[in-house]
Amino acid sequence: MRDVAILGVGQTRFGELWDRSFREIGIEAGLGALQEAHLTSRDLSALYLGNMASGAFIDQEHIAPLILDYAGLAGHHIPAIRVEAGSASGAMALHQAYLAVASGLHDFVVVGGAEKMTDVPDTLAQAITSATADQEWETVFGATLPALWALMARRHMQDHGTRREDLARLSVLAHAHASKNPLAQFRNPISVEAVLESTPVAEPLGVLDCAPASDGAAAVVLGPLEGARRYTDVPIRIAASEVACDTMALQHRKDITTLEATVVARQKALKRSRREISEIPLVEVHDAYSISGLMALEDLGFYPKGRAAAALRDGEGAIGSRLTVNSSGGLKAQGQPFGAVGIAQVVEVVRQLRGQAAERQVSKATVGMTHNVGGTGATAVVHVLERAN
Amino acid sequence: MSAETVGIVSYGAYVPRYRITPEEIGRVWGSDGAAMGRGLGVHRKSVPAPDEDTITISTEALRIALRRARIDPQDLGAIYVGSESHPYAVKPTATVVAEAVGATPYLTAADFEFACKAGTAAIQTCMGLVASRMIRYGVAIGADTSQGAPGDALEYSASAGGAALVIGRERLIAEINATQSFTTDTPDFWRREGQRYPSHSGRFTGEPAFFRHVGECGRRLMEKVGTTPKDYQHVVFHQPNGKFPQRIGRALGFREDQMRWGLVTPYIGNTYSGAALIGLANVLDHAKPGDRILVVGYGSGAGSDAFDLTVTEEIGRFDRTLGTPVQEFLDNGAPISYAIYAKFRGKIRLGGEAA
Repeated sequence: MRDVAILGVGQTRFGELWDRSFREIGIEAGLGALQEAHLTSRDLSALYLGNMASGAFIDQEHIAPLILDYAGLAGHHIPAIRVEAGSASGAMALHQAYLAVASGLHDFVVVGGAEKMTDVPDTLAQAITSATADQEWETVFGATLPALWALMARRHMQDHGTRREDLARLSVLAHAHASKNPLAQFRNPISVEAVLESTPVAEPLGVLDCAPASDGAAAVVLGPLEGARRYTDVPIRIAASEVACDTMALQHRKDITTLEATVVARQKALKRSRREISEIPLVEVHDAYSISGLMALEDLGFYPKGRAAAALRDGEGAIGSRLTVNSSGGLKAQGQPFGAVGIAQVVEVVRQLRGQAAERQVSKATVGMTHNVGGTGATAVVHVLERAN
Repeated sequence: MSAETVGIVSYGAYVPRYRITPEEIGRVWGSDGAAMGRGLGVHRKSVPAPDEDTITISTEALRIALRRARIDPQDLGAIYVGSESHPYAVKPTATVVAEAVGATPYLTAADFEFACKAGTAAIQTCMGLVASRMIRYGVAIGADTSQGAPGDALEYSASAGGAALVIGRERLIAEINATQSFTTDTPDFWRREGQRYPSHSGRFTGEPAFFRHVGECGRRLMEKVGTTPKDYQHVVFHQPNGKFPQRIGRALGFREDQMRWGLVTPYIGNTYSGAALIGLANVLDHAKPGDRILVVGYGSGAGSDAFDLTVTEEIGRFDRTLGTPVQEFLDNGAPISYAIYAKFRGKIRLGGEAA
């Protein structure tokens, strides 16, 4: 296995992109990443695309060659591969691409994540996204993603004394950071009170505890670390790309206040990267819901179970604190185009490590982590990224 | 614009008397109705009685208009009724209204449909007929008995009401200085043949639909006539809820006091084709000679019609007391429960009905 580096990143604005098509945003992100890496389409040996449900959202399947084609690359006849892992599709696509480059099979690949979610009515979007939970045991009985995360929140509150305000703080933090991110969907700062008073979705979660359904795309270009400086001044090494899976239905888990998939993926990622969690000052966690963000900070080992809330109360998580959480604004406020979020998290960490995060720059960060979850935790993907020496 | 000055000769509005609150609707569906009402800026909405429909509402409104200006119905050369809830799919509303007010048979009549702006489209048609001297008076009506599907967000605002304007060349209480339209193919809200309730594309009804069309149309009209918001005493927008018109008003540069009389939806709900015209009727109830009024309607699908009006001295001689002022519809009304509402709106399946 050889070392793999990220040579370029690209991303569209996230939000309700009603005047832009799926292929258009996919191409914008992909070409943006290629341009940054000073590569041309001739240099590419494969394209990977993370996407959850284009068939259900825009009646279009077979989207990897579609993007390839409309990017003008069909004539090169390189493989284009779609990867699906629910809301972890983006990071899972990156994992597959990483394996391909690390193995020596491919040299330069572009990995995108894209989703177009706002062309269908809200109720349909809810049904499509909830299909990432267990259809036979959960959604057929009416469970939705927010309902299932609300169950986890209730249990977390009962077992660990977590309060609504503790959850709300995650959303407040996300909006504060997104206000400094020009690509973010929600750039308005919000208060804890506003979150508490927001329209109930699935108690205890209100609408401001939940990330939106968004349109958007993000992409990165991978290549061998060796020789990477020919393409970029600051190659970002993928120090670990690890995946772990778990039961689909919540009822089959021993403890629903923790995601075992996240715990195991984190353990493997730290081992692979030869890092301690305390060395990581910067993390993008999967805050599809305030509770999922809170649980992630514990399952990733930044805080013991039940202790993340106290740390956030003391101001941790903010840019400039001991641990910066979701400097992009996270899924909550940067936006949540399902298949794109796992790549967008990586784009953010790359920009931070290169020192290109402008107003939201975390000073002196040389290593960062990303955490992308599928559904209610049946898949977790953790990446550790670092500035190459 | 046209060589001939045309404008409003008379007007009348009618709103059914029953009212239901968002709290009461939310109570039935297990939703926070109060929060829904606050979010929409709607305190209550009107509900038509079982014997009321777009025809009766149009007729009531037109009768008031004819009475106020003492117009002989036989002088009406055209009646156009704009609505998205015409009682018949085939067979016009306008003919029944014409017969009811005694305007038949030597007139032209037709029904208009353009979602919520069919009434303003009818005004423009009448302006053309009147200015070209094809007719003496033309009637433009916007009226609806709109329905939202039970439990849908629309149910909190969709209401009933309408207004009639008589357009002519003489005895004008308000001159129409200019009109401007803005039309695109934008599918934000629709109801197909045979469907009982309309469908809407959620938040898409906002920015690319209502706000773009109303904003662009209003701006273009002011550019054309060389006015700015401060030149107007009153402004009226289409008002699907209480919030949208205030937001676009602020965005265009209008103050709260200019929007005061034109905003009626918070008290009667969204009367669809009636909304902007009832707002205009309320403004005319309060207007003084010389007042300048901007009206911008909106219909899904989508388009806006804007009008620049100046109130004349004639309004001093015009008897506004003949006919119910809009304020009475805003202040009064008989509250009803959801059960009565369901009965009135035909949501209860009775014995003998086909399945």
